[in-house]
Amino acid sequence: MSEPARAATAPPRPVPPGAGDEHWVGDLRPGEREVLLDVKTQDMEINMGPQHPSTHGVLRVLLRADGEIVTGAQPHLGYLHRCAEKIGESVEFLQYLPYTDRYDYLAAMNNNLGYSMAVEKLMGVEVPERAQWIRTIFAELNRIGSHLISFGTYGLDIGAFTPFFYAFREREWMMALFEKVCGARLTYSYIRIGGVFNDLPEGWLEELGRFCDVFEEKWVEYNDLLSHNHIFVERTRNVGILPAEKAIAWGCTGPMLRGSGVAWDLRRDAPYSMYPRLEFDVCLGAGLKGTLGDCWDRYFVKLLEMKESIRILRQCLRQIGPGPVMADVPKTIRVPAGAGYVGVENPRGELGHYIVSDGGKISRRCRVRGPSFCNLSILGEMMPGTMLADSVAIIGSIDIVVGETDR
Amino acid sequence: MGLLPAPLLAATLLGAPLLVAGGQQGNFVTDLVAKLSPVEIPWPLLVLIGALLGSGFFLLLVFITPYAMLAIWAERKVGGHIQCRIGPKRVGPFGLLQSIADAIKLLVKEDTIPAGADKLLFVFAPALVLASAIAMFAAVPFAPDVWFTDLNLGVFFIVAISSLTTIGVIMAGWSSANKWSLYGAMRMAASVISYEVPLGISLLVPVLVSGTFSLREAALAQEGWGGAAWYLFRDPFVLPAFLLFYTASLAETKRAPFDLPEAESELVAGFHTEYSGMRFSFFFLEEYAAMFVVSAIGALYFLGGWAFPGLTPLVEHLFGRGWIFNAVAIGVFSAKALFLVFVMMWLRWTLPRIRIDQVMTLGYKYLTPLSLACLLGAAAWELYVVPLFGGGG
Repeated sequence: MSEPARAATAPPRPVPPGAGDEHWVGDLRPGEREVLLDVKTQDMEINMGPQHPSTHGVLRVLLRADGEIVTGAQPHLGYLHRCAEKIGESVEFLQYLPYTDRYDYLAAMNNNLGYSMAVEKLMGVEVPERAQWIRTIFAELNRIGSHLISFGTYGLDIGAFTPFFYAFREREWMMALFEKVCGARLTYSYIRIGGVFNDLPEGWLEELGRFCDVFEEKWVEYNDLLSHNHIFVERTRNVGILPAEKAIAWGCTGPMLRGSGVAWDLRRDAPYSMYPRLEFDVCLGAGLKGTLGDCWDRYFVKLLEMKESIRILRQCLRQIGPGPVMADVPKTIRVPAGAGYVGVENPRGELGHYIVSDGGKISRRCRVRGPSFCNLSILGEMMPGTMLADSVAIIGSIDIVVGETDR
Repeated sequence: MGLLPAPLLAATLLGAPLLVAGGQQGNFVTDLVAKLSPVEIPWPLLVLIGALLGSGFFLLLVFITPYAMLAIWAERKVGGHIQCRIGPKRVGPFGLLQSIADAIKLLVKEDTIPAGADKLLFVFAPALVLASAIAMFAAVPFAPDVWFTDLNLGVFFIVAISSLTTIGVIMAGWSSANKWSLYGAMRMAASVISYEVPLGISLLVPVLVSGTFSLREAALAQEGWGGAAWYLFRDPFVLPAFLLFYTASLAETKRAPFDLPEAESELVAGFHTEYSGMRFSFFFLEEYAAMFVVSAIGALYFLGGWAFPGLTPLVEHLFGRGWIFNAVAIGVFSAKALFLVFVMMWLRWTLPRIRIDQVMTLGYKYLTPLSLACLLGAAAWELYVVPLFGGGG
């Protein structure tokens, strides 16, 4: 497809001299992609985002395309930067908790958990057992909610509108369950340093049991509607293949890594909270429809994980007992001097908090390792050589939340 | 200003088939003008008056606009119910007036033209698109005696005019000075060029069977067997031809799963990204008009037109072929066409979108050879099998 005359006459975008590490990830290396054309074509630079329906927020990807074929891609981040880490250095420990809700706003409970655990580790607080069970329940419930969004929006990316609404139907119930406990539907700040904010209301666990029953029925519906749809499979299989070594080398975690067949799950490999007492499988991509590590695998790992979460929730429901839900933590939290890192398995991968304290009320450093950010780094590597529509499928399968990539 | 060219263009495009139809046929608009006029108007002038004053505006106001509004409402309701929602319900009973509210909103919206746009093409594109959508209706018969013009090349005319919308879409995509729009336009060109071939060839099957390009005559020929002599049941090659025609027409009308030109998740809004207000709604109107026209061709050529087993013969027996028969015929025909429109909506809310290379593969590797095979099969059937039953083809 030849470049239109107008675009050809436009002055070429100058490459900023001395831009350091800013380079075209998609620049052709010898032998990487060979195209024999008798028509002279010229690559076109095109901005995908920051306001594009499929970049899941304000991500901007600078694409280079030869007609429908993407020859290069460079993600530009920072449109949603809110200085989360700097705020962590200027507010008290407990005051920072609401900010953690806002990195990956689809999995706020997991973020709360990660931060609380990091602070607890430095403080040496022992969290009561019931609080641990409640934390596990909410971490898994929020994982379901987060994966539901991921499932629905992936359908949207591929062009199917309806799965999104099916996903929201169940997510609505999940959020109602959260609302009953903490009054919030998106930014909970429910899991606190030392335990959880309050105990579960009466009848809540029974309702959770009903949710589990209904959800398992609906889960089959999702697969009928989208996972095994011929067009959907054709659009996602053998697209954006991420080999296991590459996934490890780029620091991918979560469903992105497991989709490539690497069995790595912090819930099992670095167990925390109540996970050592629970039985669950680590869901892996298996190249069922195409090649191992393609978009379909990454997508289907999330669906399998939802089902696994239901299994975990059922076990929690059986084992949870009465007791206090908050450890004896002072109102003004002072953390002894020291540094500590805690990583938890978020829906999108490993969320790590590295906290340095000098013994005061405010942390000296509050570093966050976000899974979306690390997973996104491989985008420029995966995109070249795909079709324009595939690029949407790849971005969707990486499943970023821009609130977290930019923080 | 952008609104004016559309009806004029449409009227001119309508005038052409009326003139081509020739003879002294005319339609009820020309009849009315001739009756009311004190002096005798020469025939070609009468046709032009009929086209300009009558058909274009009449079609636009009386038929297409209400139909498109109803279809848009239906699409939203169908989508709503498929997605476990309710759909529009606030404006009017069952939300029926929602489209009117939307139209008013679109009319009062700011009409923007991007700074880098090719203004003439940008303004002209929606007019061309809408005009061709209106003109397509000219050759669609609604009942044995209700039609605007009975072209002897009716289906040929419709297919030709429907390609005009492609030119409009390409103009829109090019003139918007937006790369996403350009992508949409190029995809439209690619998919239409590929899919017009199987569309045309699969349409040749009923043409071959009926021996006429006229939609009205084809429909009249299917009234036999107590209203069940649909071409769909005639031989084993018409049913696959119908499915091929329907698939290709989805691509022709850029409906899901072939909605690549406006692929929302990929191209923002494709060729109409930069359009706002009423110009944007012209593209919308065209889409729904085209949906109806291709469904009408499907109903007339494959699904027996206005014939319905039991019903139409009974009405004919009781009341003759008067206005009651025609009214029933309009109802039956509309029901069939709207059912096909409904299936299009159903598909849209169910299926994901196909990638452009898969669209091409499907078109060239499967649909085109299959439609050719259907044509050959149908020809062989007419030649060798039909005479066995004493039929004349």
